Amino acid sequence: MPARTVLQQADITRALTRISHEILESNRGPDNLVILGIPTRGVVLASRIGALLAGISGTPVPTGALDVTMYRDDLGRNPTRVPSPTQMPVGGIDGKTVVLVDDVLYSGRTIRAALDALGGIGRPAIVRLATLIDRGHRELPIRPDFVGKNLPSAQNERINVHLEEIDGDEFVTIEEATA
Amino acid sequence: MTETILVRAATLADGTSTDILVRNGRIAELGRAIFASADRLIDGAGLIALPGLVDLHTHLREPGFEQSETVLSGSRAAAIGGFTAVHAMANTSPVADTAGVVEQVMSLGDRHGYVTVRPVGAVTRGLEGQQLSEIGAMANSRARVRMFSDDGKCVSDPLLMRHALEYVKTFGGVIAQHAQEPRLTEGAQMNEGTLSGELGLAGWPAVAEEAIIARDVLLAQHVGARLHVCHLSTAGSVEVVRWAKARGINVTAEVTPHHLLLTEQLAASYDSRYKVNPPLRRDEDVRAVREGLADGTIDIVATDHAPHPVEAKDCEWAAAAFGMVGLESALSVVQASVVDTGLLDWADVARVFSRTPAAIGQLDGYDRGIAVGAPASFTLYDPSVSRVFETTQLRGKGINSPYLSTTLPGRVVTTVHRGHATVLDGELVDAETVAAAARALDQAGADHG
Amino acid sequence: MKHLLSTRDLSRDEAITILDVAEDMAEVADREVRKLPALRGKTVVNLFFEDSTRTRISFEAAAKRLSADVINFSAKGSSVSKGESLKDTAQTLAAIGADAVVIRHGSSGAPRVLADSGWIDAPVINAGDGTHEHPTQALLDAFTIRRRIHGSESRGRDLDGVSVTIVGDILHSRVARSNTWLLTTLGASVTFVAPATLLPIGVENWPVAVLYDLDLALAAHPDVVMMLRIQGERMHAAYFPNAREYSRIWGLDDARLALLAADSMVMHPGPMNRGLEISAGAADSPRSTVLEQVANGVSIRMAVLYLTLSGEGGKQ
Repeated sequence: MPARTVLQQADITRALTRISHEILESNRGPDNLVILGIPTRGVVLASRIGALLAGISGTPVPTGALDVTMYRDDLGRNPTRVPSPTQMPVGGIDGKTVVLVDDVLYSGRTIRAALDALGGIGRPAIVRLATLIDRGHRELPIRPDFVGKNLPSAQNERINVHLEEIDGDEFVTIEEATA
Repeated sequence: MTETILVRAATLADGTSTDILVRNGRIAELGRAIFASADRLIDGAGLIALPGLVDLHTHLREPGFEQSETVLSGSRAAAIGGFTAVHAMANTSPVADTAGVVEQVMSLGDRHGYVTVRPVGAVTRGLEGQQLSEIGAMANSRARVRMFSDDGKCVSDPLLMRHALEYVKTFGGVIAQHAQEPRLTEGAQMNEGTLSGELGLAGWPAVAEEAIIARDVLLAQHVGARLHVCHLSTAGSVEVVRWAKARGINVTAEVTPHHLLLTEQLAASYDSRYKVNPPLRRDEDVRAVREGLADGTIDIVATDHAPHPVEAKDCEWAAAAFGMVGLESALSVVQASVVDTGLLDWADVARVFSRTPAAIGQLDGYDRGIAVGAPASFTLYDPSVSRVFETTQLRGKGINSPYLSTTLPGRVVTTVHRGHATVLDGELVDAETVAAAARALDQAGADHG
Repeated sequence: MKHLLSTRDLSRDEAITILDVAEDMAEVADREVRKLPALRGKTVVNLFFEDSTRTRISFEAAAKRLSADVINFSAKGSSVSKGESLKDTAQTLAAIGADAVVIRHGSSGAPRVLADSGWIDAPVINAGDGTHEHPTQALLDAFTIRRRIHGSESRGRDLDGVSVTIVGDILHSRVARSNTWLLTTLGASVTFVAPATLLPIGVENWPVAVLYDLDLALAAHPDVVMMLRIQGERMHAAYFPNAREYSRIWGLDDARLALLAADSMVMHPGPMNRGLEISAGAADSPRSTVLEQVANGVSIRMAVLYLTLSGEGGKQ
């Protein structure tokens, strides 16, 4: 069965704008926020959200990247993964409200690893989670605070997220995985 | 009680098809369709009949190193390789530097009966390179030693080598030199060259062999003595010997089967099965020794069969012992390296692997090869088969062969030593039968006195 | 990557991957919690047949920063002397349950023999074998060079166009060999400077330029000058007449140091013979990378341990 487009470019932009408003509402403003994207596409989304937050609130919001490879719980079961860079913004994360950003939330294990990774770097006051797509099938007690779109999916389906900065085009599709 | 054996339609080294009748330890008859009754009939179709191979360089390790090999196990390894005589090197414990040790080694060989064991006497006492050993006593003993070598070690002191060359003249003997200048090869592990530099293994330079050979041929010329060069391995050594022979110097030389086939490239794996002394050399050296054997500069092939216990090779390169076993694979490796490549024919093999080594070692009975009236020592070899060489083809105690898991041509089917079979249908005849046959032959010989 | 036995075996991409992962590992040193859980529950054995406190503690620190357990096995002697043989030691470690073996041995090829032997199933990391290779040293040297040149922009880069001059006992140096293969793979050019007695036969077939004259080599303004240690035993084996002559002709003294460009690097794998192959002034100058090399060594070894032990590559 061919891939079904779930979000087009305009939909993604609207979703990120709404998420940014929700973050500001929940945080009562831009103070103390740090937006950290989880590589690879989470970093792009975090950067956009950071820019949107700055545009809406008029205050710059620090963004960065948080690589979680070393904290994964499946390191011995899959081929070796090469980590991506972790970039903490100036000012760090101690006492901050950290919003983790990822493109797809699925089992929750990546976020669990991200929480451990944060623990190795510092002690945020609050940690929130923003995700573009929530596809369900959680295996751990992890829940998102800000969701772009809820997309119930079957285990044998694959969700593809394309972002301009990485893939050259922009969409979210879902299809039956053949392999 | 000696067996009469009739071989049908074997092919001699010169290509003629013939039957061979063995009676009372000798070749009784040759020719097609011999009419005779025999205790044992052997089908020689497709088999080459070579005179019994004579190894001028074997390490039987007994006395003293029986965990590596014994005269019995080494004799059996020799027989399965087509050999009917081996020269046992002197680096045993005690060293073969007295009449007692050489007579003991010879007796063991005769008693077991698989091959004729000719002990080689040490040049220097204890192989220490300081004083001459009792060369006269060994020459006059029942073992009638004619070849003397400190093999394993070089007689490096030039004055001592000079005296050794002169002294053996007294007894009609020859010094066989292991050419290795010790000061240039301290701690050496493999051939010195680009590869040894890359691998970080201390180099054994070719000049350490060539310089000794050059010195020794000139000494031999000066004192009018015979010299034999053991396991010659480099292109430069071939040139030195060629030059010496052209000047009429009485020098002979041997090359091992492994130096005819293998190169130093194998050391890159750090697998110590390829660690040997002298070391495996370059492609150019392999080509040069093959050509030297073909043109007669190198007179013979000799195995330098050097068995070691497993733990002596199951370790890092630097800690491993030097040496490879070679009796069981020798003829196959010679076929692969120089016969199948067209450099030598089977008549040449008979010359370099039987007649000439016997002549150098002054061993009787091999000068005419397979001929009526000559002692019946020959081997029947099938050159047409091809096998993966495995430990199942080894019969000695050592498994340190560089050919394991490689494909080699040929197979020894039958070996007859002094008229009694030691190998039949590609398998050794059991030790009791062989020993009994040897006793019977000796008795018959004594009776005919 | 199952084993790391030599830099000869590393492709350009593999080498850059190791250097890039080491960048991430280096950042851990700046964190509040200087530890990653990536190798939790794994046991790394330091199997050192030769004394080397510096390399051993570097591997130990690396393993511990990845939360691995470390066992130090100091085995003196080989199967030739009365010590336990390589085979027996390896089988003992397999029985203990070693997940990786870091081996330093006096015999060239020992790590390769261990890796090919089947006595142990774990990945083997060469911490220096005889005069053959010392791959993690070369990797940390390359990492140091890259960082000095490109700083925080180092990720993904090779050493294209960098000129490295290695001075000293090339013949007996595993550091020289490992560096030669790795540096040339990464696009750098390598020049050896040594007396002829300390150059291996066949060095003209290596991808290096060779000079006998150090002053001539320095006049070409190399980006990196790497000084090798002269070992005590070489002084008595007629490779050169004495320490004084060696130092005068091939030592990096203060005068030669002054000829170097301000941004060129002086490297040394350590330990240094101050006053022999390198003056105190050179060793302590801002051009010297000696202390960075030590710090970078831990990051590189963390990267190597991670890449060999995580993934299914742990046991195959």
